[in-house]
Amino acid sequence: MIEVNQITKKYGSYLAVDSVSFQVEKGEILGFLGPNGAGKSTTMKMLSCFITPTSGTASIVGKDILKDPLAVRQNIGYLPESAPSYQNMTVSEFLNFVASIRGFDDREKENRIEGIIGVTSLEEARYQTIDTLSKGYKQRVGFAQALLHDPPVLILDEPTDGLDPNQKREVRNLIKQMSREKAIILSTHILEEMEAVCTRAIIIDRGKIVANGSPADLLKESNMHNVVTMKTKSSPDQSLNDLLVELPGVAGAETEESGDGLFLTRIKPENKADILSEVKSLLSDKKVDIEEIYREKGFMDEVFWNLTHGGRN
Amino acid sequence: MTQVKALIKRELMAYFYSPVAYVFIVIFLLSTVGTTFFLGNFFESNQAGLEIFFLFHPWLFLFLIPAVGMGLWSEERNSGTIELLFTLPVTMLQAVISKFIAGWIFIGIALLLTFPMVLTVWYLGDPDNGIIFTSYLGSFLMAGAYLAITCMTSALSRNQVISFILSVIICFFLVLLGWGVFTNILSQAFPVWLVDVLSSFSFSTHFKSISRGIIDSRDLIFFLSIICGGLLINAVILDAKKAN
Repeated sequence: MIEVNQITKKYGSYLAVDSVSFQVEKGEILGFLGPNGAGKSTTMKMLSCFITPTSGTASIVGKDILKDPLAVRQNIGYLPESAPSYQNMTVSEFLNFVASIRGFDDREKENRIEGIIGVTSLEEARYQTIDTLSKGYKQRVGFAQALLHDPPVLILDEPTDGLDPNQKREVRNLIKQMSREKAIILSTHILEEMEAVCTRAIIIDRGKIVANGSPADLLKESNMHNVVTMKTKSSPDQSLNDLLVELPGVAGAETEESGDGLFLTRIKPENKADILSEVKSLLSDKKVDIEEIYREKGFMDEVFWNLTHGGRN
Repeated sequence: MTQVKALIKRELMAYFYSPVAYVFIVIFLLSTVGTTFFLGNFFESNQAGLEIFFLFHPWLFLFLIPAVGMGLWSEERNSGTIELLFTLPVTMLQAVISKFIAGWIFIGIALLLTFPMVLTVWYLGDPDNGIIFTSYLGSFLMAGAYLAITCMTSALSRNQVISFILSVIICFFLVLLGWGVFTNILSQAFPVWLVDVLSSFSFSTHFKSISRGIIDSRDLIFFLSIICGGLLINAVILDAKKAN
């Protein structure tokens, strides 16, 4: 549904986006991550035909953003960063305006607005002017505007920015609900959000894509991936430690106090191999009393740091 | 067309939502009528005509019209709604024309509300209605030219005050070129043909000519080309600056 082909944006000599290519299919929720100023918003602005790329192009539902920008705009719902809207209009007037621009006739307009107000839970705010609304409601108005014409493609620039935890949860559920029928791109700073919502993530740094994969794939990049963590009431003695290290595929083990009165031992595998069953059978052989044992998936913040910051030195 | 209609409607609503619209109309009426009676000594002139009323329009519009148009684009850029606007299925041309027309309609409403002046001269005597009509037409066209220039300066800056000042300066220059006192000074330094060419670029020259009662195609073309030129530059500026 979305095909981006070597899209590039230069501001003077500054390369904001450097030949970025990717695809998004129907049913996918693509998370766009990266430090501030990495080029996330710029890419989204190009896809929504607000700014034109310096070179390269993209097509959305088969329509080229350079050759047919109006058709592209008809097929996407775009939520700009911080959801701008006309502050002195009421919610229903604003939605009415957007519906008119989208070319719906009066009856269709009424139905659509009615429907979208329900979906985004804006009933209470309906006749209030937008500047009197809270940040969460303003964000919902932005959502309503983007969804009004039921577009096949959604581009959301930081959709949960500035919302409280409950509102974030609602917005995430809303996005997930819609994802079956649509291709969605969203940008975020929040790594947990990406893990919770996105089927795939692209990490972009200084205008370039540095990683593209599912959240689970990205976690495999973490140094902590497949590390076995166990918690015990007493510190494991030296002999147990030696036995653990001698297990095939184990690179090392370290113990520290975990703060809740327990001792936390991390057993690190070689080459991120899965060693949980070996460790478990050894522990049951030796009849070690353990409180908790699990395999770490890895830490997204570490992956993110290594990909975007670590490469700088 | 549906887009243009929706955009004009929104823009007009935006004027009347804020108290600024009403304040503007009151100031517009007070200043146009006030100058006629107090500066122009309407009663002492003993003429049942609106020449004195229209005489001050080029000078009043210098401040009034930029006040109407200064926010058209700068507000949109400042609040970020420009990103919303240009990701809706709207072309640049549609947006630029719609904003301009909305502002022009608003000024037209203010101008129509000066109708008591017409009633006054009808009551006082037997004025030439043709001249009154062409004067109104000229005033409206001239307002359009001012507004197109303001639209252009409004696209230049996110700050309404800067837009206002730039627009006043440009319009002032265009009024000045046709002002007798100024052209006299110019003609001492420059040859007459050059002064004539310069003053043919002035609002006041063409406005004077229309308000004499003759609709000359040259005057119409002058105002319409200022409007088209201003809006064209407006679109070019916007295209370059909308994303900063």
